[in-house]
Amino acid sequence: MITSPHQPDDLTVGTEAAPPPAPRDPKKIKWLRRKRALAGFWLVYRQSKMGMVGLILLVTFIFLALAAPLLVSRTDLGVSDPPGAPFLRPSGEFPLGTDDFGRSVLDLVIYGSRISLIVGFAATVMTMTVGAAVGIIGGYYGGKTDTLMNALTNWFLVIPWIPLAIVLASILGRSLFNTILVIGLTSWAGTARLVRADTLSVKERPYVERARALGASNWHLVSRHILPNVMPVIFANTVLTVALSILAETTLSLLGLGDPSSISWGGVIFDAFDAGALSAGLWWWLIPPGICICLVTLAFTMCGYALDEVLNPKIRER
Amino acid sequence: MSVLSVGDLHVTYRTKGGDVPAVRGVSFDIDKGHVLGLAGESGCGKSTIAGAILRLHSPKTKIEGNVIIDGQDVLSLKPGRLRAVRWTGASIIFQGALHALNPVRRVGDQIVEAITVHKLAGEREARVRTAELLEEVGLPARRIDDYPHELSGGQKQRVMIAMALACNPSLVIADEPTTALDVMVQAQVLQLLKSLQRELGLAMLFITHDLSVLVEVADRIAIMYAGQIIEEGPAEHVFHDPAHPYTKALAGAFPAIGDARFRGKPAGLGGDPPDPQHVPSGCPFHPRCPEAIAVCPTLDVELWTAGEDRRAACVHVSGAPVLSESRE
Amino acid sequence: MGSRRYLLRKVLHAIATLTFVLAFNFVLFRAIGDPVKLLTRGGSLHLDPKEQQALREEFGLDDPLPAQFVNYLGDTLRGEFGYSFASGRPVIKEIREKMGPTLLLVGISTLLSAAIGILIGIKGAWRRGSAFDTGSLLGSLTLYSMPEGWLGMILLITFAGTLGWFPSGGIESTDQLTGFAHLVDLSKHLFLPCLTLTLGYLGEFAIIMRSSLLEVMGEDFVQTARAKGVRDKDVRRRHAVPNALLPTFTLAFYSVGFILGGAVLIEQVFSYPGLGQLTYGAIDQEDFPVIQAIFLLGSAAVIFFNLLADILYGYLDPRVKEA
Repeated sequence: MITSPHQPDDLTVGTEAAPPPAPRDPKKIKWLRRKRALAGFWLVYRQSKMGMVGLILLVTFIFLALAAPLLVSRTDLGVSDPPGAPFLRPSGEFPLGTDDFGRSVLDLVIYGSRISLIVGFAATVMTMTVGAAVGIIGGYYGGKTDTLMNALTNWFLVIPWIPLAIVLASILGRSLFNTILVIGLTSWAGTARLVRADTLSVKERPYVERARALGASNWHLVSRHILPNVMPVIFANTVLTVALSILAETTLSLLGLGDPSSISWGGVIFDAFDAGALSAGLWWWLIPPGICICLVTLAFTMCGYALDEVLNPKIRER
Repeated sequence: MSVLSVGDLHVTYRTKGGDVPAVRGVSFDIDKGHVLGLAGESGCGKSTIAGAILRLHSPKTKIEGNVIIDGQDVLSLKPGRLRAVRWTGASIIFQGALHALNPVRRVGDQIVEAITVHKLAGEREARVRTAELLEEVGLPARRIDDYPHELSGGQKQRVMIAMALACNPSLVIADEPTTALDVMVQAQVLQLLKSLQRELGLAMLFITHDLSVLVEVADRIAIMYAGQIIEEGPAEHVFHDPAHPYTKALAGAFPAIGDARFRGKPAGLGGDPPDPQHVPSGCPFHPRCPEAIAVCPTLDVELWTAGEDRRAACVHVSGAPVLSESRE
Repeated sequence: MGSRRYLLRKVLHAIATLTFVLAFNFVLFRAIGDPVKLLTRGGSLHLDPKEQQALREEFGLDDPLPAQFVNYLGDTLRGEFGYSFASGRPVIKEIREKMGPTLLLVGISTLLSAAIGILIGIKGAWRRGSAFDTGSLLGSLTLYSMPEGWLGMILLITFAGTLGWFPSGGIESTDQLTGFAHLVDLSKHLFLPCLTLTLGYLGEFAIIMRSSLLEVMGEDFVQTARAKGVRDKDVRRRHAVPNALLPTFTLAFYSVGFILGGAVLIEQVFSYPGLGQLTYGAIDQEDFPVIQAIFLLGSAAVIFFNLLADILYGYLDPRVKEA
């Protein structure tokens, strides 16, 4: 028994003094294994140049969104007491000029990152939750349940999303929540189809059969076996869904279906368009928000494709 | 007269994680009408050799040494000449006819393609020849217009065999031709290969991990480990009286039913084959070898004489250099 | 026969989906949204109770719902979509007028973006890692990440505004041109909107084709073809690409829905007198009859193209014919 040099001799030496034995606790083993898997995953991901560039861009924008309240004062964004005259060209004081109210476009672009990202994430949460649930339930239970879920999924897949979005927005009204709702409702079907296909293949794997033979309950099978193995597909799809949701929010805003009271990049472009910026050639108002949308979407897409390569060895380069 | 002569072949894959030497100095000859069996575990480099012989690897892969088919060094041929040699000099029966056939084209067309690409015949003649080939491998000629998914595994494998024979090659490389098949079908396909080889006097390189199959088909067997050949000799001898400890383990894993020598449980071998990027020093097998001695980690092993017409790369064989103190 | 059953199944499925769309449309506007409110544009038209009652009777809103639905179906099949709030004209007439330009724009754009995108994807995948591949991948990703409406705005400002190479809107100039001159004029007006739509969807085709081809290139049968001595470009043309084209083909048809959607914004940006512009105006003015009709037509179009895709796919992929 090894005694720690600081241990007084009259104390009985217990396990505190011995070198830590290899963890026998199954929970600890699980966490160690997870950590190792994550480290391995990160090692492969790091090799993708596309993935790294995307990640850096992403972190930059998220940081921007979080720091926005510190960089832009709320009063400057209000329409009642704008900091400058309307339709100003770019200058030292207003690097991107001003909008039709006299607000600094740069302020709008910085602050717009928040809503654009929030809507992107929120809509994605909704899409992934509903999509994954429908996909797994249909794929796992099969039979009539699957037929029903599949029919539902196919129906939503077939309907062109813009007319559906228009119809919903017209009826429900224009608000941030409705925007998120509309995007979620029109996107979940794609995820559901993907998840269902993956669930079907995971279901056939030997360890699932074995677990079922051992008498595992449905809940156990789904939560312990199916879900963890479908997760990689869900995860890669999630990242791409955020990209699509941000683009969707932009499209809705440009159609005039967005929330008029919140500032998003799409909303800024819409306001510009509505105020005649296009014919007046006020490019400094129209272009920057679009560049931001483009960069953020690019970032998510690049990460998504890098993830896809990491998780799908067939297309990885040897 | 050697149909295939491989001399000191080295194949190194270039990957993002560094160079991977999959084949490290392999040499063998195959004469006309002879069958050489190449056996070993997964990852020992045997399939790499098949691809190297026809230069099918990506241009990034480094291939050194010489591969001479019918007198031509394949490794130094220009692309046009290389394409001419492919399939006419040597052809490959690929493993797992699962996806080795184009799913959206009829199987007949795929065999015809092999013939017309080499301008051996026109379309119509090629179709006639294809029908003959199909019958030769035991398939009804009407299968010529079937799609791959309409055929069973065994039938697809037969199509692969027919295709491999389409251009009358001097050498046929069979790369794990029976691995993906059910046992009964395996036996049928093996039987077919044997009879075709004998009938047509083909030289054959038969690659597999299943040693027991080779005893039936091959004249000589070479055993591969960690990218090198570590034993070779007449098939019967190598299988029933292995010289190298690895071969003993490999043979022990495939007991022959009825053979008294295999009474008792089939023996396995602990450990895993070495990572090609980190091959053990000296004899690559020494970490797993039950007969390893002190000198094994440092001795550069070669194929030494291990009996009449046999060689093995082990310090224990008769032809190995005698090292005074390190021996018993 | 396997293929006939396959065909029948797909057609029935399409009809069923269409029926659901009709039902959805009906339920949404009649049962959920208050029809009177919608008909009177949220009450902005002030009607006294008597006028409201007259309105109800005229539109059959007092009848039981199932009867309303049957009437609705009948009306729809006859092309009776009601009257536009904005113009007062029959919706079907508005649609018929604006359909041509949109078909022209969307048709050409879809073909171009599919063709160019696929070619780029093939070349990129076949020479993976080359400068072309990296460049085209980056380009495709960038285009994919751009909102099409915004892209249209940039192109308009640059090429029609600053450079003045193209007209800034409309489908033809006010001069009465005929014959060849008319064609040239049309092309000039079509160019920028078409370019925008093509660029917007080209990226996706290129990316999908590239991934698809990369996957196929790893398949054994490609190596078999190479081993047989087939030339590199023939391996690509006869073995790899036909297999890789299958998912891309389906995508092309499924994309029509998205391209139609993109057309809405593009037409507005370029003042192009098509269905897109009609839709945009309808949203702005809460012209529900038009919105409903567009939703129906858009869905029908997508259902039709999906059906077409499924049917044609059955001919392309021999594995599918097994019902």
